[in-house]
Amino acid sequence: MNEYNFAYLDEQTKRMIRRAILKALAVPGYQVPFASREMPMPYGWGTGGVQVSAATLTPEDTFKVIDQGADDTTNAVSIRKFFENTAGVKTTEETEKATVIQTRHRTPEAKLRKDQIIVYQVPIPEPLRFLEPRETETRKMHSLEEYGLMHVKLYEDISQHGAISTAYAYPVKVSDRYVMDPSPIPKFDNPKLEMDAIQLFGAGREQRIYAVPPHTKVVSLDFEDYPFEATKADHPCDLCGAEDSYLDEVIMDDAGNRMFVCSDTDYCRSRREAGHVGRLAEENAA
Amino acid sequence: MTPLLQVKGIEKRYGARIGCSDVSFDLFPGEVMGIVGESGSGKSTLLNCMAGHLEPDAGQVIFGTRADGPVDTVTMSEPERRMLSRTDWAFVHQHARDGLRMSVSAGGNIGERLMAVGDRHYGAIRDRAIDWLGRVEIEESRVDDRPSAFSGGMQQRLQIARNLVTGPRLVFMDEPTGGLDVSVQARLLDLLRGLVREMGLSAIIVTHDLAVVRLLADRLMVMKSGHVVEAGLTDQVLDDPQHAYTQLLVSSVLQV
Ligand SMILES: [Zn+2]
Repeated sequence: MNEYNFAYLDEQTKRMIRRAILKALAVPGYQVPFASREMPMPYGWGTGGVQVSAATLTPEDTFKVIDQGADDTTNAVSIRKFFENTAGVKTTEETEKATVIQTRHRTPEAKLRKDQIIVYQVPIPEPLRFLEPRETETRKMHSLEEYGLMHVKLYEDISQHGAISTAYAYPVKVSDRYVMDPSPIPKFDNPKLEMDAIQLFGAGREQRIYAVPPHTKVVSLDFEDYPFEATKADHPCDLCGAEDSYLDEVIMDDAGNRMFVCSDTDYCRSRREAGHVGRLAEENAA
Repeated sequence: MTPLLQVKGIEKRYGARIGCSDVSFDLFPGEVMGIVGESGSGKSTLLNCMAGHLEPDAGQVIFGTRADGPVDTVTMSEPERRMLSRTDWAFVHQHARDGLRMSVSAGGNIGERLMAVGDRHYGAIRDRAIDWLGRVEIEESRVDDRPSAFSGGMQQRLQIARNLVTGPRLVFMDEPTGGLDVSVQARLLDLLRGLVREMGLSAIIVTHDLAVVRLLADRLMVMKSGHVVEAGLTDQVLDDPQHAYTQLLVSSVLQV
């Protein structure tokens, strides 16, 4: 691992990224441009998140990577290995023990602490892009706080589906100012965006970093007669019995039997270790 | 009566070429001003200067705002001007696709200005969208259809509804009937005339079509090479043109 600088990026690049992070923290929800570097992995593999993590990690940190809630997907494993090799940091699958958590598509169920930092991988940082492809115009809309278009998108949802069907990347207003895409987390996670930990968002291909500092007001956009709901499958986890966690639906056999399990694998495991038992675990025990 | 809009000495140059020069007039509440001329006469440049799409090199465009009375919109801040253009002003483009969001339903198109100024009740926004579809003679059943499924005439009527839903006090129109079939034009003109009367709208209409100003405009300005060559009451100017160029315009229309 001596062939790399700590965490792969050279110190100058890390300083540049840290400046962007500090600016992002100073202006919550504002997209700060940064000069994204080539990383030894393709775009779509979280190069934005990886660069933010690289600029954030110290040798004393313990690093965790989540991909759609799980620590064991190819994507999560390769990013974890990358920092084991290039930074030599400790890694963990336990949310509790991690000091820096890089994630794709989820916020952990466990309440994060003020000594933790969570880094989200972001594919498309611009929430207005859906209806306004011109970057010059979206930038102006942000600077003038012209956010009517976000509600046009929600209006279209309701008129087409009878409800706000946006289930992921549900737009939020941060600190009463900037409208922000929270990355493709399920809207179930939106209420957790008001947390004790620092939240950083990195978009590699789009070269943007943004942030939500601890205890920042984050409001999910909605209509008075169609209020925001942090929905999940109406079901307890079949393995650990949790009723408060976001669930993945798993098809079990050709007969169409299904099970619902916590998407946050660490949360589910720690509950089972603590003795909680879900429907299918009970059947197996019986 | 206080003018709603006072245009004073507007000039716009493109390098050495004059776009429009030394244009001044007052527009009173409920009045419709027609601006006619051939392409290249400067009428579109003038319209875009007045509507804030182009920055004039000289002159003032003083609008009687609700909150602060007469304000020069040329020198007001961009956020203020953009707010004005979403509330008290409206702009109807010649090509409906320039003024519509083609990927958004008819209801969403009409509702956008309402949402832009803070309406947050879906049911109320939708009701107003449906009401406005009716007012521009589009069936309620089309409220969730995208404008790409509409005919040219319907698209233009939708654009008008999208603009008028916030009850603007001043509407800029750039060749609103241009590019439409003659029969479709006639229906659109009737509709516009009805709306202008019913809402007491003030409007500035740029067109090369004298039939449009004959039907809609109280007063008329004739432009040539960036200058206003003749102005007056529409009927007077069209029935008894004084300037040679106006006489040419009127006679060429009679030959059609
Ligand atoms: Zn579970």
